[in-house]
Amino acid sequence: MTSTHQFLRRLGGLTLGAVTALTVLSAGAQAETVLKVYTALEEEQMPVYKAAFEKANPDIKIEWQRDSTGVITARLLAEKDNRQADIVWGLAATSLMLLDKQGMLEPYKPQGFDQIKDLFKDTRTDKPTWVGMDAWAGALCYNTVEGEKAGVTKPESWADLLKPEYKGHIAMPNPGSSGTGFLDVAAWLQMMGEKGGWDYMDKLHENIAAYLHSGSKPCKAAAAGEYIVGISFAYPGVQLKNQGAPVEVILPKEGIGWDMEATGIMKGTKNLEAAKKLADFAASADANKLYNDSYQVLARKDVEAKVPENYPADEANKLIKNDFYWAADHRDTILAEWQKRYGSKDAPK
Amino acid sequence: MAEITMTAPRARQAEMAEGKKPPIIRPKASGDDLIMRGCLVVVGVFFLVTVVLPLYALLKKSVEDANGGFIGLANFAAYFQDPALTQSLQNTVSMAVISTILTLSLAFGYAYALTRSCMPARGLFKAIALIPLLAPSLLPGLALVYLFGNQGVLKSLLFGETIYGPIGIIIGEVFFAFPHALMILVTALSMADQRLYEAADALRAKPMKTFFSVTLPGCRYGLISAAFVIFTLVFTDFGVPKVIGGEYNVLATDVYRQVIGQFNFHMGAVVGLILMLPAVVSFFVDRLVQRKQVALLTARAVPLTPKPRTLIDGFCLVLCLVVSMFLLAILGMAAFGSFIKFWPYNLTLTLSKYDFGALGTGGWGDYFNSLRMAALVAVIGTTIVFVNAYMVEKSNGFRWGRNLIHFFAMVPLAVPGIVLGLAYIFFFNAPNNPLNFIYTTMTILVVNTITHFYTVCHLTALTALKQVDAEFEAVSASLKVPFYKTFWRVTVPVCLPAIVDIGIYYFVNAMTTVSAVIFLYSSETKLMSISALNTEDAGNTAQACAMGMTIVATSAILRGIQALLAKRLQRRSQAWRTR
Repeated sequence: MTSTHQFLRRLGGLTLGAVTALTVLSAGAQAETVLKVYTALEEEQMPVYKAAFEKANPDIKIEWQRDSTGVITARLLAEKDNRQADIVWGLAATSLMLLDKQGMLEPYKPQGFDQIKDLFKDTRTDKPTWVGMDAWAGALCYNTVEGEKAGVTKPESWADLLKPEYKGHIAMPNPGSSGTGFLDVAAWLQMMGEKGGWDYMDKLHENIAAYLHSGSKPCKAAAAGEYIVGISFAYPGVQLKNQGAPVEVILPKEGIGWDMEATGIMKGTKNLEAAKKLADFAASADANKLYNDSYQVLARKDVEAKVPENYPADEANKLIKNDFYWAADHRDTILAEWQKRYGSKDAPK
Repeated sequence: MAEITMTAPRARQAEMAEGKKPPIIRPKASGDDLIMRGCLVVVGVFFLVTVVLPLYALLKKSVEDANGGFIGLANFAAYFQDPALTQSLQNTVSMAVISTILTLSLAFGYAYALTRSCMPARGLFKAIALIPLLAPSLLPGLALVYLFGNQGVLKSLLFGETIYGPIGIIIGEVFFAFPHALMILVTALSMADQRLYEAADALRAKPMKTFFSVTLPGCRYGLISAAFVIFTLVFTDFGVPKVIGGEYNVLATDVYRQVIGQFNFHMGAVVGLILMLPAVVSFFVDRLVQRKQVALLTARAVPLTPKPRTLIDGFCLVLCLVVSMFLLAILGMAAFGSFIKFWPYNLTLTLSKYDFGALGTGGWGDYFNSLRMAALVAVIGTTIVFVNAYMVEKSNGFRWGRNLIHFFAMVPLAVPGIVLGLAYIFFFNAPNNPLNFIYTTMTILVVNTITHFYTVCHLTALTALKQVDAEFEAVSASLKVPFYKTFWRVTVPVCLPAIVDIGIYYFVNAMTTVSAVIFLYSSETKLMSISALNTEDAGNTAQACAMGMTIVATSAILRGIQALLAKRLQRRSQAWRTR
């Protein structure tokens, strides 16, 4: 029997060790009020924002959960039945509208709500569930070195991209995989009308080298010389330019589609009071000044926005009159049509 | 086959003869059998919680509408009307077939060279072959772009073809699948009975004839397992096609599009279900083949010691050199990418990208989370896999239970990480699940990772165990030695190389896992593989390379330690192999 004992002891020892290890590892930290904040902010913005908020509210501690827009939105939706987040700070407004549609957001008017521009809040209701922070708009990234080599000039407008010289040199996000891609498609349809928009895309399709699965990737690929023009948004282009990439960030002159970063409290949060304080802070002038380090168009009327380094000027005037609700309502049909027209290329050009 | 039958133990012949008779007399289950069945039940519960119920929680969405109402197959009908589907399906199958043929040929040649030739530096070649396992999938993707992209240093090798598309997918998938196949094939080829080859020699069989009638049949199980593993891996992988596939659509990128692009979990579940088909097929084929597999290593077997053969050894060396160069080139390019300022316009070398704290969040803390998780996965996972494989392979009777458990073990391979991750949210985060406290903890990451990489470990353990003759158990039983004693004193030492391989496999995969855990971690349990992905996403490609290389270096150091220990272990536990 000794051998049985030995075996069981060994087995028991292993299991016990494993269980102890797991229990020790999963014990979390206990502190003041800990707010679970879901976000798609850039990594370098997070410590700055967190420090500013915690300085103003010493009794509240932020615990981030950060991922790219697509992943964090999918996670929020998947957690619908047992929400982990207390509040969302810094996620695309279109994503927050999806959560709102599912009844997952708590209505709240933060302090200084009337200082928020109309574009940045839901004016249709008296009980807004999300509040905008800043806008990010579509943009072109143009690689000057490769452009010169191939004799491809810098585009200034959407119409320019249809010229034969761009054939095989343009990358664009697949609207089915990327919110940025969808933002562009929705903007074209709104600017040029249903028929004009699809006609434009038919012609653009002839010049596209690849549809990529992320919104920032076309710009990054352009900065690395893989393509000459990337249809993307301004932030990654500015970042890459700051790192020394030979890219120009262009806001096409016809106007650009845009989305905003926004804040919304999760319905059912156990830390509603603390979450409200964060929502207040996110809508404050102080916070808007922080947003201004990365973005040019801000939510507050009373904060004078400067142009961040290397950022193309005059963004505010190029934003189209974007109907988010129209885009959200027609999303499925637009994507199905897009997929039918351009989704089944058999091989890349 | 004749030679094999000659040496097959009598017990087996008796069993075969018995199989023809209607089974009127059922042997009574012994105490050992009952303990083993008890263990199988425990393992069954484990699979129920880690595989079956989570997948059910997700896959049932494939027959529900957005509000959770049952709508039958309407989602499937909608999906099959997608005009891109036929193309995706066709693309996926052709990529999987081509990659499987290429990988299997290369890996078989390589494994043969490692186990049956006398070429020099076999240990080194074996270590190099593991490189793809050590690297997070982001690294080969970036390296391929740096090598063959429009600015690539070796772009001319493609003769004007583009890397973005089928060519890139195939290169990436071969790189990615190679070590998985190699691990199974090395195990299959390293156990052989010298006497069979002596007999073949004595019968003056030509080397070709010996190869086809002794070597190949001997590792048939390993070959078929490896083929299915590669096929399924390629079929379900979305990392490679996403980075390098351009707009060459495959089914796995469809899942990505549905889940991350459109948050349509119902369609994601539909495609996820379709992706599991190859694994179901492979399970039945596996059962068929397995019935014919005979233990090679009988109790009286004499382990094979390869003899020098100039021509074959030379050929083996060339093959290994070519394959290793390819693997090293990809890793080397990624390493280079982590030291430069800005690809391809500023190639000044810098160490600054390794200063992970500079970004403000995570930094080295993520690294230690990864390390801790990988260690837990390696120890706990290997124990579960090996004990389970032993129960499935060596216990008597209870056939349906064993088959069922074997089936569960095969399933994880077919589940794309993103599907498994989502399934875990839906199951473990459900408010009425008593286990929901483990959500976002280290525990769920460990459980998820053990499950995600279960299949290859299971197949490796089975391949090793199948080659240990059942006669050991029969003799033990007749001497009234309890099975666990035989297990501990004979089976474990004999299979020790495979067990260590499984542990390492778990460790390195835990260091690189991304898509399955991305929905499950919290800020306290963030892993470096996820940081690397996010860093790349933020445009800091070089820093992402640096994080990837840190992961590679960690796993490589562990491999080095293993190699040192293996020599000592080998001497102690594998002494029986030498004459």
